[in-house]
Amino acid sequence: MFWTSTKRVIRAGFINFRRNGTISTAAVLITTVTLSVIAGLILLQAVLHFSLAQIKDKVDVTIYFTTTAKEEQIMTLKSSLEKLPEVATVSYISAEQALTDFRERHQDDYLTIQALDEVGSNPLGAELDIKAKDPSQYESISNFLEGDTDVAQSANTVIEKVNYHQNKVVIDRLNAITAGAEKLGFGITLVLVIVSILIMFNTIRLTIFIAREEIGVMRLVGADNRYIRGPFLMEGVIYGTISSVLAMALYYPLTLYLGKHMTDFFGMNVFEYYLSNFFQIFLIILVSGIILGSISSFIAVKKYLKK
Amino acid sequence: MIYFNNVSKIYPNKSTSLADINLSISPGEFVSIVGHSGAGKTTLIKLILAEERPTAGTIFFESIDIHKLNSRDITKLRKRIGVVFQDFRLLPNKNAYENIAFAMEAAGKSDEEIASDVPHVLELVDLTSKMYHFPHQLSGGERQRLAIARAIINQPELIIADEPTGNLDPINTYEVVQILKKINDLGTTIILTTHNRGVVESIGKRVVTLDGGKVVRDDKDGKYSI
Repeated sequence: MFWTSTKRVIRAGFINFRRNGTISTAAVLITTVTLSVIAGLILLQAVLHFSLAQIKDKVDVTIYFTTTAKEEQIMTLKSSLEKLPEVATVSYISAEQALTDFRERHQDDYLTIQALDEVGSNPLGAELDIKAKDPSQYESISNFLEGDTDVAQSANTVIEKVNYHQNKVVIDRLNAITAGAEKLGFGITLVLVIVSILIMFNTIRLTIFIAREEIGVMRLVGADNRYIRGPFLMEGVIYGTISSVLAMALYYPLTLYLGKHMTDFFGMNVFEYYLSNFFQIFLIILVSGIILGSISSFIAVKKYLKK
Repeated sequence: MIYFNNVSKIYPNKSTSLADINLSISPGEFVSIVGHSGAGKTTLIKLILAEERPTAGTIFFESIDIHKLNSRDITKLRKRIGVVFQDFRLLPNKNAYENIAFAMEAAGKSDEEIASDVPHVLELVDLTSKMYHFPHQLSGGERQRLAIARAIINQPELIIADEPTGNLDPINTYEVVQILKKINDLGTTIILTTHNRGVVESIGKRVVTLDGGKVVRDDKDGKYSI
């Protein structure tokens, strides 16, 4: 009996969907818009995250050592820095490497290179490049270096300078911007999602409002609530499924265009992201579509089943 | 079969629709309920179908107090009653066959029963050739015959026909009455409301006359007298 009625409900859902051509089309279009908004926000979040991560990655703190610093002293400091929970990576640049880098950077600057040759010996010290897991953590790393642990004390004698204080303003500003951007992004996402869900809900409610007399007739014929509700839920599921396919199809040419022309601006290729995350995005909007469609139908029908 | 005990119905706007009705209907009867518009005919029917609750009094369907039922049991009760309305109330998105099949599906009948019974009942109301027509493609008389077919398909114990001929011309009216008489001859109880004198007299059975929410006459011999 259960299977018979399930089969009937599914079939009735498809038949109603087909026979209510115009209304179904309208509902599918609105649902497509809603799901497109959701998919667009997924892509936007990805771009935002990627850009912010890239910016954060560009921030680091460099410790410049005096020329007299011994490599083992530097290595001791390096390994104790690596033990700090805030530190992501520490990379060591030897004095020779620093000199090579410097010459490369200034290879067109004849005067500087000449001055360097004049000096004869290597005027540059070794460096440690520190990257924190999060930009807000540079302060505590800097505090560690200025602290009174043995390692810090002994290292301080060979440290020429730490550029944290120069970078501090930039780092603080960046922290504020990234935090703000994330909050704003989340806020916009939330508002857009709520607005489009409301529009979709109202559209589906309207399609069921048109069928309210039908629901009354079904009740009088002796159909129980589950049996009346079923085909409407099924229609909601069909709206969601078709719309998620349409929304995904819509993003193919769109991201292809963005990938071709906007990769430099975004810092990432949106089309590649779309392709590599195709099934994840599709699954998210398919499930959202089905859930939204069936919940909207459920609530809308409920009103006419009361008594 | 149906018993009204001191039933009153007063709507929230204080208008009295039914006042202290006592009425009993036996199995197999064909009862015509007549009266002017606003006399309480439709309210009476809504009370039997549990669409409205009485303000006072009780209504029994056999031994069941209709207004003590929960919504599940009301659904069960409605499966025992076939209803025909003046405005047909067919499902507009389903064709003739599907309209009847839906009532059978709602009653939990199997696909085999549906496939064998639906053509049969369509033949009974002479709609075999219009099996796959949608309601908007049928004439008023055909729609009402379809509605009757739907009402009788699950072999209900009672058929309620609320002004079934109100929208029909004399020929269609005659046909509908003939079908109802045939159904009654087969043993089904019928309650019919109408204000058509010709209908009542051609049936020639019990007539209950309502006026101002009260039973003013209850004749065994089918006289229409207002």
